[in-house]
Amino acid sequence: MGKQYETVIGLEVHVELATKTKIFCGCSTAFGGAPNTHTCPVCTGMPGALPVLNRQVVEYAIAVGLATNCEITKNCKFDRKNYFYPDNPQNYQISQLYLPICRNGRVEIETEQGCRKDIGIHEIHMEEDAGKLIHDEWEGCSFVDFNRSGVPLIEIVSEPDMRSAEEVIAYLEKLRLMIQYLGASDCKLQEGSMRADVNLSVREAGAKELGTRTEMKNLNSFRAIARAIENEKNRQIDIMEAGGTVVQETRRWDDLKEYSFAMRSKEDAKDYRYFPDPDLAPLRIDDAWIAKIKAQEPEFRTEKMARYQAEYGLPLYDAEILTGTKRLADLFEATAAICGKPKKVSNWLMGETMRLCKEREMDADEIRFSPENLAGLIALTEAGTINSSVAKEVFEHVFAEDVDPERYVEEKGLKTVHDEGALRSTVEQVLKNNPKSVEDYRNGKEKAIGFLVGQTMKLMKGKANPGMVNEILRELLSK
Amino acid sequence: MANIISDATIEYVGILAKLALSEEEKERAKKDMGEMLDYIDKLNELDTSAVEPMPHLFAENNVFREDVVTNGDGSKDTLANAPEQTGGGIRVPRTIADETAETGRTGGESA
Repeated sequence: MGKQYETVIGLEVHVELATKTKIFCGCSTAFGGAPNTHTCPVCTGMPGALPVLNRQVVEYAIAVGLATNCEITKNCKFDRKNYFYPDNPQNYQISQLYLPICRNGRVEIETEQGCRKDIGIHEIHMEEDAGKLIHDEWEGCSFVDFNRSGVPLIEIVSEPDMRSAEEVIAYLEKLRLMIQYLGASDCKLQEGSMRADVNLSVREAGAKELGTRTEMKNLNSFRAIARAIENEKNRQIDIMEAGGTVVQETRRWDDLKEYSFAMRSKEDAKDYRYFPDPDLAPLRIDDAWIAKIKAQEPEFRTEKMARYQAEYGLPLYDAEILTGTKRLADLFEATAAICGKPKKVSNWLMGETMRLCKEREMDADEIRFSPENLAGLIALTEAGTINSSVAKEVFEHVFAEDVDPERYVEEKGLKTVHDEGALRSTVEQVLKNNPKSVEDYRNGKEKAIGFLVGQTMKLMKGKANPGMVNEILRELLSK
Repeated sequence: MANIISDATIEYVGILAKLALSEEEKERAKKDMGEMLDYIDKLNELDTSAVEPMPHLFAENNVFREDVVTNGDGSKDTLANAPEQTGGGIRVPRTIADETAETGRTGGESA
């Protein structure tokens, strides 16, 4: 392959907003309800039903727009996007084409080489989600569940400013964290509350014109996105190398089979015949409203990192990891507030918590234990009620079942034994049972003491005060 | 009739509307649509260069609901409109032709 190619990527990111109700009706947005229980005439498109806009949707959209340095469109409105599909009960989706609520923004990312780069935001618009289709392999039919129909979305459309999968992931992570901190969405890719469609084209390095792009859908994880980008880039280069032309189309990624296929046939021309929605009154967003939302803006990662170092005296490294997900940052702040030992909290979160997350293939977002119980565990170790190895054991139960550590330690009898008499008699027994190690130690083999400590701990079922064991051992050995 | 709808246009509109039209129906639709466009063209006879675009019929702006759940379980009424249903879902013809149809919970082809 002689030619050099450049990959050009733009993203359309759909984010489900964290409102309690749908965008145009008072139905619940809770995830996982029985099919069609969260539905009404509005979100199932019954004739004569009147949609009324949820104020919170507009506020979240403005908040995300401000965080991504967008201009807010002060006079904006909704349009109908017409298409036929079973998940779309009105036969149109209420969206914004002509006057999207936010325009001309940018998000700064850090690239692999540590350089900073701006990714342009073309626009952000508000729209309603479609229902969910579940396909039945055996019956050869599909089932429609309209619980998701009318759940509010914002679609964040980037400029084609990304050049690699790494940049795409950096952009998405930045966006996700920002939106999570704003509280505008939980942004879970697996559950579909954040969905990214990748527009990708390839051109010869140095070319000015963009190549023909394809749009890739069904990307449910960062890993899938990275693999799909690599695969689509290579597919387009192969076509060009073979003298062919790339067809503009929507493709669907299959992450198990690691390939994509064209999704819509030519029959489904992309002609949505948009027109203004006559049911919805236009929006007028004044400066006072924008200023109010701006004033409520939470602390973002950069400010948090600075504060963690200044206020809690944490190293930069800790601050970086803790602020990397909202869940960790929230847990850290709540736990530190209870126990007043920020560095200890940080150690538990960065060490054991991350280790268990990795072991169980969990995202930090899925951590369920409460700050009270982690604070309780730290209090027990600080007071010397349990030693560090018992603490790790107890933490596994805090992590998995959110147990109350104090009660757990009590029930399982895990308190450290500080009773000198009991410790002394155990140590004496260990010395008697291990004459070889005792001799080794007396002959200058310092390491032998470690083995003897271990043996004592074993007999005490891990509950001995390690400092006292050490002391007693040294005392008896020196005799 | 000033507006003539071509065969190609009728064919295309038929595809967008998912309608299979007979030759007779196509001819009738061509005539109807031409007349509709003629009627709308009347608006172009007026000089509107000094008129602001009207985004909405009423002068009303910012009509909002607060974010409070007001609806309960609506499945009974929703399903009453479904010709066929199974397990609380509305049964429709299979929507993905490919063998790799999705069966998971993220479903949907939303735009």
